[in-house]
Amino acid sequence: MSKDIRIKRGVDIKLKGRASNEITGPFRSETFALKPSDFHGVIPKLLVKEGDEVKAGTPIFYSSASERVMFSSPVSGEIASIQRGAKRVIERIVILADKEDRFEDFGAVDPSGMNREAVIEKMLSAGVWPFIRQRPYNVIALPDDTPKAIFISGFDSNPLAPSLTLITEGQEEDFQAGIDVLAKLTSGKIHLSVHKELGESNAYRNVKGVEKHTISGPHPSGNVGVQIHYIDPINKGEKVWFVAPQDLLIIGRLFRTGHYNPAITIALTGSEVKEPRYVRTTKGVCVAALLHNGLVQDNVRVISGNVFTGGKIPVDGYLRAYDQQITVIPEENEPEFFGWALPRMHKFSLSKAYFSWLTPNKEYRLTTSANGEKRAFVVTGEYEKVFPMDIYPAQLVKSVLMNDIEAMENLGIYEVSEEDFALAEFSCTSKMELQKIVREGMDMMITEMGV
Amino acid sequence: MKAIQKIFDNIKPNFQKGGKLEKLHSVYDGFYTFMFVPAEVTKSGTHVRDTIDMKRTMIIVVLAMVPALLFGMWNVGYQHFVQTGADVSFMETFMFGAIRVLPIVVVSYGVGLAIEFAVAQMKGHPINEGYLVSGMLIPLVLPVDIPLWMVAAASAFAVIIGKEVFGGSGMNLLNPALTARAFLFFAYPTYMSGNRVWVADSGTVDGVTGETILGSLAAGTNVVGTAVEEAGMRSYSVMDTFLGFIPGSIGETSTLAIIIGAAILILTGIGSWRIMLSALIGGAVMGFIFNAFAVNALMSLPWWQHMFLGGFAFGVVFMATDPVSAAQTIKGKWIYGFLVGFFAIMIRVFNPAYPEGIMLAILLMNVFAPLIDHYVVEGNVKKRLKRLNSVKA
Repeated sequence: MSKDIRIKRGVDIKLKGRASNEITGPFRSETFALKPSDFHGVIPKLLVKEGDEVKAGTPIFYSSASERVMFSSPVSGEIASIQRGAKRVIERIVILADKEDRFEDFGAVDPSGMNREAVIEKMLSAGVWPFIRQRPYNVIALPDDTPKAIFISGFDSNPLAPSLTLITEGQEEDFQAGIDVLAKLTSGKIHLSVHKELGESNAYRNVKGVEKHTISGPHPSGNVGVQIHYIDPINKGEKVWFVAPQDLLIIGRLFRTGHYNPAITIALTGSEVKEPRYVRTTKGVCVAALLHNGLVQDNVRVISGNVFTGGKIPVDGYLRAYDQQITVIPEENEPEFFGWALPRMHKFSLSKAYFSWLTPNKEYRLTTSANGEKRAFVVTGEYEKVFPMDIYPAQLVKSVLMNDIEAMENLGIYEVSEEDFALAEFSCTSKMELQKIVREGMDMMITEMGV
Repeated sequence: MKAIQKIFDNIKPNFQKGGKLEKLHSVYDGFYTFMFVPAEVTKSGTHVRDTIDMKRTMIIVVLAMVPALLFGMWNVGYQHFVQTGADVSFMETFMFGAIRVLPIVVVSYGVGLAIEFAVAQMKGHPINEGYLVSGMLIPLVLPVDIPLWMVAAASAFAVIIGKEVFGGSGMNLLNPALTARAFLFFAYPTYMSGNRVWVADSGTVDGVTGETILGSLAAGTNVVGTAVEEAGMRSYSVMDTFLGFIPGSIGETSTLAIIIGAAILILTGIGSWRIMLSALIGGAVMGFIFNAFAVNALMSLPWWQHMFLGGFAFGVVFMATDPVSAAQTIKGKWIYGFLVGFFAIMIRVFNPAYPEGIMLAILLMNVFAPLIDHYVVEGNVKKRLKRLNSVKA
């Protein structure tokens, strides 16, 4: 039964630099990269060495935890370098791309005629399995599990996030094929959530085999964890899987064409980008050429993803595996004289101790300033205002800080993920690092209880 | 301001690791971050952060107390000159009070902050802003004739016993400023109660006495809204009690000034309106019950007049709302606030030896706040367990 869900506690933070609605490209960088650190908890075992020729879909490494889970090259070309960091940890595998992609052929086949094992085997060997992730713990799903349901959030509510309605338009067939694949993976339901005001693409409107839910309200309404909480909450011992819409298109494409073709559309956003726009490109793309001559000034932070959950990358860095957005915002290196005592009319705050609440529609150019220093927990009731689940966020965070597994379990660690705490982290007066704490909590659970 | 930044930059090496003043790092840090919001950028998690920080939060609370402080200064002068019968101007009245009150404020901040800095330095912590509020609260809840050494002792007690023994700001069980007041109340009762402390010089100048209204009520005489014949007794109109033209602790007399402060706290969202409202309801309910069964002057005082007398309004607005020592969950705040108001009036009426019921009520509820929160959170846990069991079944 589909549900209408209204999210009340949350907020849309309006930033400068929203992408204009034209889609440019395709853009192809000279090099592409695969970064093991994009996949939480995965320890890579390499299958290639420098100088090897690879096609799009050639396995590059597998997870030491499961030899079946392959991570494939997004493009065809030559392995240019394997870069290692401290303790010889593999940081990235850089591929010098061909002009035109050559693909590994995995065979085009209609998933509806296949059995579950064959579907999973195909996904694993082609390298699309890592797109299937599980809750609790926000990690790659285990192929041997059977989830009670699979969730797709049809929209991204983060600041300056790309419109998935726009991106999925015209890709009905890949989307439907992807859903047909998912149908083989679970005996439960496949839930697709769309936002009431953002509208639906034809891919969403005409898709069959899903239960569709209409969500309204501000961020974090697009977080899949929030949607799961309202639609079919996770209890102890249960697992659900989730897929991002663009990743689902790649899965659908694999079964329709037989090729691993991770073409995606990303949004290039942020106040420091001259022409914020959508760009058609491929996973693992290098952003250097995209940003070259495209920035307002030089003292910037380039973020793969959005300002809440994204990761800082160098100006010639690579898009992270699950991201569909690049955000560029100003770095703040200047101390502010008596800043805390001034009216600061140009600054943004969710608190009414500043005046930004008087101009709710103003778009802000927010910097990377922490706007204060870390302090002990003092203010209460702050997280709850932007945390729309029936969970006590401050108490849950404290249970993690105390390493109290039982309390974490009781207070709802199975239902949350780091991204659900991003808004609370943003608003925290004490400048706590909530996402990091919650991630540590989930890792502690994995160590104690297994994935 | 570039010049000030330069001075800080120049002396900074002395305070860093290996510098000759390395031991005073926290002090340097405290002063620097007071002058400048440091150029610290986000490292993990969200790349942008809200502009709010602890300094801004605390300074808003201090700002909210300024009306009560200014009125308190004037009222100290007013109460004194009404008794001596001198004919003085508004400015003279205010200046008399300011000269009496400011030393108390200076001593409270001086002693408290010195200990804060020392403890932060010993632990190698940054200096917390919490005392900016406590340091202002302490003078406002004291009688004006309090000796300054007692203010110093109370401030030290508040910081050390009220806060640091629990682990510092954010960890304390009790409101530090109330701990200071309770300490003075029980250690030096003759300076904290009776009819000789509330009006400046009433202990030394002949003809000046000053019983608080609650004190008179406890003694069986209602001095509000009725003419009093007894010698040395003054009477007050209800409006006097609301505006604050009455004897009492420095900052607590004017309900109007406190309401202005409450408005600032509620509009900025920094003080919990839930606690304030529920405490008001709690006090009203208790007052109402007493009115229904009134047998003496205190019990028959109309329930709504309780809100204007003693420290009730001040305690509810500035003390009960301290987020660290109050209940932390939304439901918990309603329960906590209600009981603060309820017990405040109950103690005030049933135990005339302690007319300042609000202080004991808040301290009592501070102790119970974690328990209230525990049961509220437990409710959420039970709901989750029930859901799990219904799936299994």
